[in-house]
Parts: sequence; C-alpha cells; structure tokens
Amino acid sequence: MNGISIDRADFAAIAHWVKPDARVLDLGCGDGALFKYLKRQRNISGYGVEIDDINVLACVQNGVNVVQRNLERGLREFDDQSFDYVILSQTLQAMRNGERIIREMLRVGREGILTFPNFGYWRNRLHVLNGRMPVSDTLPHQWFDTPNIHLCTLDDFERFCSERSIRIIERKVLTDGRAVSMMPNLLGALAIYHFGAAG
Amino acid sequence: MDATDLKTTASAGVVTPQRAAFREPLRLKCGRAIANYELAYETYGNLNATCSNAVLVCHALNASHHVAGVYADEPNNVGWWDNMIGPGKPLDTNRFFVVGVNNLGGCHGSTGPQSINPETGQPWGADFPLVTVEDWVNAQARLADQLGIQQFAAVMGGSLGAMQCLQWSIAYPQRTRHALVIACAPNLSAQNIAFNEVARQAILTDPDFHNGDYYAQNVTPRRGLRVARMVGHITYLSDDEMASKFGRTLKHGRVNYSFDTEFEIESYLRYQADKFAGYFDANTYLRITKALDYFDPAFEHNGDLAKALAGATAGFLVVSFTTDWRFSPERSREIVHALLKNKRDVTYAEIDAPHGHDAFLLDDARYHKLVAAYFARIDAEGKS
Repeated sequence: MNGISIDRADFAAIAHWVKPDARVLDLGCGDGALFKYLKRQRNISGYGVEIDDINVLACVQNGVNVVQRNLERGLREFDDQSFDYVILSQTLQAMRNGERIIREMLRVGREGILTFPNFGYWRNRLHVLNGRMPVSDTLPHQWFDTPNIHLCTLDDFERFCSERSIRIIERKVLTDGRAVSMMPNLLGALAIYHFGAAG
Repeated sequence: MDATDLKTTASAGVVTPQRAAFREPLRLKCGRAIANYELAYETYGNLNATCSNAVLVCHALNASHHVAGVYADEPNNVGWWDNMIGPGKPLDTNRFFVVGVNNLGGCHGSTGPQSINPETGQPWGADFPLVTVEDWVNAQARLADQLGIQQFAAVMGGSLGAMQCLQWSIAYPQRTRHALVIACAPNLSAQNIAFNEVARQAILTDPDFHNGDYYAQNVTPRRGLRVARMVGHITYLSDDEMASKFGRTLKHGRVNYSFDTEFEIESYLRYQADKFAGYFDANTYLRITKALDYFDPAFEHNGDLAKALAGATAGFLVVSFTTDWRFSPERSREIVHALLKNKRDVTYAEIDAPHGHDAFLLDDARYHKLVAAYFARIDAEGKS
C-alpha cells in the first residue's frame, strides 16, 4: 500500500466529518491537496497555513488561499472562533509545543481535527522490541533525519485530552487505508480525531 | 531564433509613452480641485475583446509610467519593473494588457509642480496642491474610463504602489478583481514619517528652494534633493545587504583623514544622490513623501483596518520580505489580519530575501514564481 492511498483514506475520513460550506483552517497544509479535496467534496472555504516556500507556491498553483506562517509562533492573525474546523494533519508530532497548538486550534476554531501516526501500532512496537527505531509508511524517516519529535499513541492522546477537558467527538483509526475497530492502539497505524472544547 | 528574437521575447520591447488629457475638475482630498490635467502612461500587451485582462501597475516614490520595455531613442532606458513585466514574465504581457501611469503631481510627464498652471501661465511650483494616494487612485480610475477598462483583472504595486492597490480595493471594489500588495504597510510608522521629514527638511532648507518657486530662478535645490535621496536610499537596503555590498571597504585603500569619499558606501550614496538630483523634481519629492505620510485608510475607522477594508471584494496576494525594515513583514501581517477578519480571499507570502525593502524590485526566483502562479490563477479565472 503506498502513501497516496493512505492519504486518501485520511482525506475521506476528514471530509466525512466536515459539514458542507464550512469555514476551515488547515494548519501545515502542505501543497493544499487536502484543502482542495475538501473544497471539491464539501465546498469549504478558508485558508491553509504553511511555512515552506515550495508548498506556499504549490498552494497558489492549486488555487488554495495560503498564509505563510510558522505554526510554532501560534495563530495570532486568526481571531477567536473564526472557523468551524481547524485541521492539523500529520504535523503535531513534528511540533515543539504540541499542547500550545491544540489550544490555539480550539481558540480559533469551534472544533479541531487532528491526524497523527500511532506510535503504539504493533509494527512500531516490533521495531522497538527488536532494538530499532520504527520506520514505516506512516513514519518514513530514519531516527537521524526525522522531523518527528513528539510521537504518541492513541492512549497517550486520549489521556492528554481527558486531563485538559478536551472532548473527543469522533475517532477513526486506519491501517493501510482501511478502518480498524479492534484493538486500535495496537492495530492502527494512523489516528484521526475530531474534538472540541468540553461543555 | 536569433539573438534579436530572444531579446524581443524577453522584453516588452520598444514602447511609446502616451498622454491622456482630462478636462473635468478632479476634487482633491485637501479640499482643492485641479481643473484640468494630463497623465502620462504606457501600455503593454493587448486589451482583450471583453476588456477583462487589464492590469494596472502603480509606482512607488521615484518611479514612473515607464514600467517595462525601452524607448526607441533611448535603448538603455529600461522600465523600472522590466524583470517582472513582459512576454513570458511573471506578469505576462502575452496574456495581460498592462497599464503603467505616472501619478498626478509627478515629474515624468503627468501634470505636476513643473507644469504650467493655465490660470497663471507660470509653473505651478509651490502652489501645486498636496495630492494624496486617494487622489492618485481617483485620477487613475479616470484613465481607466478613457481606456475603456471597467474592471481591472488586477492592480499591482510595491511599497507606495501597494498602498494605491489597497486604496483601489477600498474605493473601487467593483473595479478591482485582484490586488497584489507587495512590500506594503497600512500606514507609515513614526519612524517612517521621521525619515520623510529629514528628507523634506533637506529640500525645504536648501537656499536654492525659493519656497518651491525655483523654476523661475533657473536653479534646482540639488543639495536638498541629494540628502533626501541618501536618507531614502539607506532605508531601502538592509544592514546585511550594505555590509555584504560595501562593508567597510575603502575607496582609496587607506583613510585620508578628510571629508572626501573614503568608504565605498559614501561613494555609492553620493553617486545615487547625484543621479537622482539630475532628474527628479524637488516639489514632486516633497509631495510624494507627504502622500506617504497621510495614507492611513484605518484613520477614519478609529484605527480599525478591518473596517476600512470591509467593502473590499478583491482577491489579495500580500507579499513581504524578511529583511525589509522600512515596511517590515509585521506591517504586511496587519493587512493580512484585517483581510482575514473580513473573510477575504487572501494569500500571504513572506519571502526570505536579504535585500531589504528594495527586494520587491529585484530578481528572486521564489518571489517571481509566486507572482507568476498568482497571475496564472487570475488568467484561468478570466477564462472559466
């Protein structure tokens, strides 16, 4: 199974949760592929946020409105509760201050959607058991060149949310693009969460 | 393809400046009106049948309507944004009809302080009104009327030119489909105004200024203009750029304990100053710096820029340069913030370039590719 089909399953799961005509902010939007997909599937509007020059150019070429910004510095240009959804796709694990960006997501948006590679996936555990750092479809880098500094498991993230009164609305777990329902913390490679503030 | 062909495909080629005359009085923001006036302009490319591919390019402090190409009798007089505009360039004149215009009060052919005031038969001189960005944009709109352009596909400019783009989007939302706002600020900071004031004081206190009526005396306040240009020029470059271009390099290899040029940077500033004083009009310079100082669309909205831009419907491309300390990225982000508040279509890019404010005029692949991609999007929209 290649990266593209994993991405598409990921996109489809997100599109399933996003209401039509929603205002969306996509953090770390890359070349704008997810945003463009959601525009087509759900007629969303809004912006991508991206730091990399090449990705910013690709967004313009893809017709996606993009704001060039380092997410580590927060989302100051964006007002409170100005989006229906704030998406952070495959980026959390590479951020220095993960807690801060999740708080920013819930400040700027009514709900958040987050995807990250599940470090608890059995293949990752097997790598570690064998004394090696995991390398896989969802964690494609070697230990020495990985941008990922804050990896976690499904259980870690859910505990994080419950300690901070973050309400998990929905969860989808994928392996090779297919949904996983049994023992997701062991059998799931990619986690997708839909969450909001408590209450 | 021979070498000449290559040259014509890479440049707008030979262009001819034109003039448009306006007989209807233009009311100015200062309360005065100008009864009739002319604007010098140039065009590149062809206006399509639906008149939907026109792009207005607004100039900054010392530039003109000569945006691209060369003149038949002056093959070395290349337009000031020639690297950006021409066939196959980021603003592609094979697709777009581009208009460059010298602003009212300018000294490159449009009616300005040097022109004869028909009421007195003398040059306007000191009596030429203090024109504003708003006035310029209103005058440009009348030029668009004459050219049969109902709506610009885009209005584009850098620095003070970008302020005109903002003003277009506010004053003529229906006529501004896109605004390319490059190296801009929503108003001048106290520091910006302070630099302008130094430049103005240099001119105003030059004994050859004669209160602005120096034309009759057959002199120009060269000394004042020179200092004004030097001060301005310092603000266009970054500290790093100056360090790498000039450093502490000595002109004669050693210090001479004199006031002659000793450091390369002094030599450069003096050269730029002399060049500028040779072609630019002091009264125009004074007025353009005032137009910069006065521009503040948020002022009438209690400082709320989002309210000032509330009526703007254009799509925006906002670009800043990391080493620009004259109009820093922070100032562009204020514009972006206001546009985001209004849920406008906006793309913001921060180009990591070493050249300071001047970067908007220079070749930079990331910057030029971005502008090219944005214009490709405008072009595609126009066809769909």
